[in-house]
Amino acid sequence: MANSNVVLHVADVHKRFGGLHALADIDLQVEEGQTHAIIGPNGAGKSTLLNVIIGKLAPTSGQVVFDGAILTGRKPYQINQLGIARVFQTPEIFADLSVLHNVMIPAFAKRDGTFTLNMLRSLDSETGIRQEAEHMLEDVGMLNRKDMQAASLSRGDKRRMELAMCLIQHPRLLLLDEPTAGMSRHDTNTTIELLKKIKSRGMTKVIIEHDMHVVFSLADKISVLAQGRIIADGTPDEVRGNPKVQEAYLGGTH
Amino acid sequence: MPTTFMSRNDLLLFLGFTIVVLAMPIWLAPFGAGYPDLLQRFMIYGIFAVGFNILFGLTGYLSFGHAAFFGVGSYTAVWSFKLLTLDAIPAMVFAVIVSALFALVIGFLCLRRSGIYFSILTLAFAQMSYNLAYSVLTPITNGETGLQLTLNDPRVLDAAIGQTFVGQPVPTLFGQQLSGYAGFYFCAGFLILAFFFAQRITGSPFGMMLKSIKSNQTRMQFTGFNTRPYALSAFVISGMYAGLAGALLAVTDPLAGAERMQWTASGEVVLMTILGGVGTLVGPVIGAWIIKYFENILSALNDNILARFWSFLPDGMADFMVTVTSKFVGDGWHLTLGLLFVIIVIFLPGGIMEGVRRIAAAVRRSGTPAAKTQTQPAE
Ligand SMILES: Nc1ncnc2c1ncn2[C@@H]1O[C@H](COP(=O)(O)OP(=O)(O)O)[C@@H](O)[C@H]1O
Ligand SMILES: [Mg+2]
Repeated sequence: MANSNVVLHVADVHKRFGGLHALADIDLQVEEGQTHAIIGPNGAGKSTLLNVIIGKLAPTSGQVVFDGAILTGRKPYQINQLGIARVFQTPEIFADLSVLHNVMIPAFAKRDGTFTLNMLRSLDSETGIRQEAEHMLEDVGMLNRKDMQAASLSRGDKRRMELAMCLIQHPRLLLLDEPTAGMSRHDTNTTIELLKKIKSRGMTKVIIEHDMHVVFSLADKISVLAQGRIIADGTPDEVRGNPKVQEAYLGGTH
Repeated sequence: MPTTFMSRNDLLLFLGFTIVVLAMPIWLAPFGAGYPDLLQRFMIYGIFAVGFNILFGLTGYLSFGHAAFFGVGSYTAVWSFKLLTLDAIPAMVFAVIVSALFALVIGFLCLRRSGIYFSILTLAFAQMSYNLAYSVLTPITNGETGLQLTLNDPRVLDAAIGQTFVGQPVPTLFGQQLSGYAGFYFCAGFLILAFFFAQRITGSPFGMMLKSIKSNQTRMQFTGFNTRPYALSAFVISGMYAGLAGALLAVTDPLAGAERMQWTASGEVVLMTILGGVGTLVGPVIGAWIIKYFENILSALNDNILARFWSFLPDGMADFMVTVTSKFVGDGWHLTLGLLFVIIVIFLPGGIMEGVRRIAAAVRRSGTPAAKTQTQPAE
């Protein structure tokens, strides 16, 4: 494999929860600018893999390298500052705050870093960040809801808002954990359109998805995870034809 | 929920607050509360609560130990009066600095935990401080008796400019004695200033970060923020407010005792904040005023006054009512406070400010029916 293009390398990662081997010998290489899908039945370890990448969980062994920097051992906020953002399987948002503020907050992290004591400046004077957030909300089709409290959004809108929260940071690597799960067909389609649109911006993405329609319309590469192991790896066509994949999927509940 | 910040609204709030505070001697007179001693306490505990709200209301960390910083502020101020000068300004400056340092150390240790463990740690540190003040550090705190001003205090700065006092020393501002209404306006100035800073902090990006920490600390970390220094800043700022309030109490009454660091004092500021409305700007101040008002009225009542009050009843009944009500007044006024608190938390968890909002919303609804659609957006 042409190593020069690899931006994310999950190297020999194991993760055990007591007796459960949630991730076993995972070796995953994601190339710059590509959309890499991870599929697999429930409980395969997909979310755990993302948790290891963003520093929420420490691997039992192995390490994650992002653009030459070893992520393992760093704090989640340091990993984010290196340019990695994530949409969670269950939305992680600021439920008490307005939609607009939810999207402005990550922009402050991008601009001002991990900590700034800017307590005498007024939020009103932050027109740059406000406009940026409004543009981003327009991109995800939510500008008309900017003054709503985030808690009162529909499930689909929470997801889209969370996506806007990630995109406003212009991450180099975007991790998406089942971005369309629990969405109506209509919401799923708008989200796919949105993901296609940001695909053209050339950011690297790792996407976990159950919906094969979504996977095959977005992914450049697919890795199939089952019981903590990568059982197949390749282009969508290669994976589609792989008998092991069909077996895992026929046996699994997804 | 309104989310557009109009600095115009902020300005109006600030001006309104300033006028209400400065006019207190007038509008509180009919309630029997228009005298300096009580007004000073309204200001002092208002400052304490406004600062406490920055930690508890904005950041979501419930400290049960902020009386420690209040006490440190008092002791520092009294020492400044004793050693340096009777002028209040240096005393306030030192008090704020020393309480900030205390808050930095205690906050650094307590913020290693969150939730209930954080609260318990703050309580433990505050009780430790109280016990140190009460016994171990007697040379500094004068233990049980409390730290007082005496005629023999060195007061090197006053001595250097040849200022001498006759009789009991009293704190001053540029030579003017800070007792009575002068003391009230001095404290009122600081409350207004304290409110202004709290308003600025709430409306700043930093304030938004504090609210986000309260809302979802995990998300903050995955969004690239190191939340610890934010929470520590909020802790130190609220500790400085507490120190300022403690210093003002020493200015108006230059005696510092360990009891103001006790856990009941820490609990009181929690009650003030919740009673008024956690996370609101004016709520904690109103909570502080109400608690200090009722403390003043109820703790002054005794059996004789009650007997006169109930005298219109037949003898047996009157005796009975006196016995019952006497449990709720005097030293027993905390029982009333507890009752009031329980009622508020059960029926108005957002405190008095939520009550005000509900009434305002009801009035608006009955006025313009169209306004209703905006508060409940469809999913
Ligand atoms: N923090 C945890 N502690 C213990 N077990 C966990 C934890 N996180 C995940 N697991 C277990 O690891 C396995 C993989 O979970 P997960 O990565 O969430 O699967 P999925 O592929 O559906 O996202 C599951 O059996 C799950 O119960
Ligand atoms: Mg999952």
